[in-house]
Amino acid sequence: MKLLVIAGPPSAGKTSLTKQIVRRFKDEMTIAFLKIDVVKAYEDIELGREFKILTKKIYSGDLCPDHAGVMVLGDAVEWAESKHADLFVVESAGLCLRCSPYLNQGLGIIVLSSISGIHAPEKMGAMVSLADIAVVTKIDLVSQAEREVLIQKIKDVHPNLILIETNALQGTSLHRLYELIKQSEEIDSDKLYLKGNPPIGTCTICVGKKEIGWKHHFGVIKKLDGQIAEYLYRGE
Amino acid sequence: MINTITILPGLDKAGGKENYRHLTLTAGETVSIVGPTGSGKTALISDIELLAQGDSSTRRRILINGKIPSDEIRYNPAMKPIAMITQNTKCFTDLSTMEFLKIHARARKIIDEKVIIETIDLANKFTGEKIDRETRVTVLSGGQTRSLLIADAILIGAAPIILLDEIENAGIFKQEVIDIIKNTSKIIIFVTHDPVIALLSKKRIIMENGAVKKVLSQNEFETKAAANLLELDKQVGFIREKLRAGDEITKDLIKVNFA
Ligand SMILES: Nc1nc2c(ncn2[C@@H]2O[C@H](COP(=O)(O)OP(=O)(O)OP(=O)(O)O)[C@@H](O)[C@H]2O)c(=O)[nH]1
Ligand SMILES: Nc1ncnc2c1ncn2[C@@H]1O[C@H](COP(=O)(O)OP(=O)(O)OP(=O)(O)O)[C@@H](O)[C@H]1O
Ligand SMILES: [Mg+2]
Ligand SMILES: [Mg+2]
Ligand SMILES: [Zn+2]
Ligand SMILES: [Zn+2]
Repeated sequence: MKLLVIAGPPSAGKTSLTKQIVRRFKDEMTIAFLKIDVVKAYEDIELGREFKILTKKIYSGDLCPDHAGVMVLGDAVEWAESKHADLFVVESAGLCLRCSPYLNQGLGIIVLSSISGIHAPEKMGAMVSLADIAVVTKIDLVSQAEREVLIQKIKDVHPNLILIETNALQGTSLHRLYELIKQSEEIDSDKLYLKGNPPIGTCTICVGKKEIGWKHHFGVIKKLDGQIAEYLYRGE
Repeated sequence: MINTITILPGLDKAGGKENYRHLTLTAGETVSIVGPTGSGKTALISDIELLAQGDSSTRRRILINGKIPSDEIRYNPAMKPIAMITQNTKCFTDLSTMEFLKIHARARKIIDEKVIIETIDLANKFTGEKIDRETRVTVLSGGQTRSLLIADAILIGAAPIILLDEIENAGIFKQEVIDIIKNTSKIIIFVTHDPVIALLSKKRIIMENGAVKKVLSQNEFETKAAANLLELDKQVGFIREKLRAGDEITKDLIKVNFA
């Protein structure tokens, strides 16, 4: 199974991009989709209805969405594999600018909007710097010069990022992204780790354990299905 | 060196194949794209700007000198042979005019910073109200933004292919723009609703329903018609500038000949 973790600020165009990816690959792969959001999300219903793919969502509630991602991704990968998915797409809420949801395997994609302002790439820290690919959306709304200025700014901060510009509503110029997805390696679900360093804090994620899946953690534990309070878990 | 760009047919809005084998534009040629609103003019020049390879809504493909352009040319702004002025009249980037141009020059790998002042000076030839180098680009008016972006495309984009989307609609001095960019060895493509610009171009592409419907070459009568219209246009422009400057139209101004 291939894995894509898509992150980015609210309304950057993550879902619009996901739809283009699903549209491109749905005939050759079984696709599963997970949306992680804080309070409300409709992506699972929307994508399920439009493309008839497997979808799920989870609300992180009191947790930082990336923290919630660490907890549930173990179960979620298991779920997607049990459904024989060939491609598993995770859309993160992308609200926590301290953390980043990317893993040591699969592709990490940061989605940035052309109109989000010139300083956005610097402010978003790990969410940008640990990504493999940056997709800049809404290029239909700005001038070419402005696009090139934004791209240059992103390159200044993160010279090794692969940059792709698109009108995500139409899927313009995404050939290169599709090629990268096709070439990305299958994941080994037993060896999934967080790419970034977790924040300072008091639970096992906070103190730096990078293992994926709630079984590896204690403190504030969250499973893919079920309420957070039921799993106030203190280790075996 | 860029000698030609070739547009290979895609699909119209209904999904039908476009009715031409290929369309090749040569260095030194001015081309206009005309057609009703929504007919796909902007979509066509966007295809050229992105060097589309079947991955846009029109499914067209673009060749340079008869060949598929390399990824380097497609994705690296410093290598991109195309500068485009979009219909856009707003910048969202919170930078001063100087800083904005500086970063763009860097993106285009231009080292000499003289070009920045030259660009602002050129922009100020196109616009009535002058742009100051410290002005933030976010507060420039629509016409000022357009003027700055056109000057930027000419001097910083400095590309052999220039695409201009409806430059007439920005209240800028159109004639100055046309004078500066014609007679170059560039391929210049105007998307336009303006008959003067359309008649002055060597080639005319007519769009309908998302597709290229027809391609015409300028004939001798059209050159004449253009000259007449240009004269008229200058007179309209003269009166427009008088009105803009707060002047009154007096007896001797009325004598302006509209024949
Ligand atoms: N013009 C234009 N609009 C876009 C583009 N991409 C996204 N949008 C619009 O931007 C809005 C937000 O897009 P989404 O794809 O829902 O963004 P998101 O990142 O998934 O948003 P959240 O999941 O709510 O954080 C929608 O109204 C889209 O139609 C683009 O490339 N061009
Ligand atoms: N061949 C095509 N296939 C599918 N969609 C198309 C095609 N050509 C154009 N469109 C879409 O139709 C819409 C209108 O096209 P476009 O903006 O290019 O029109 P225009 O001729 O530039 O209009 P205006 O004069 O108002 O600027 C756009 O959303 C564009 O993406
Ligand atoms: Mg979304
Ligand atoms: Mg248009
Ligand atoms: Zn966090
Ligand atoms: Zn924690």
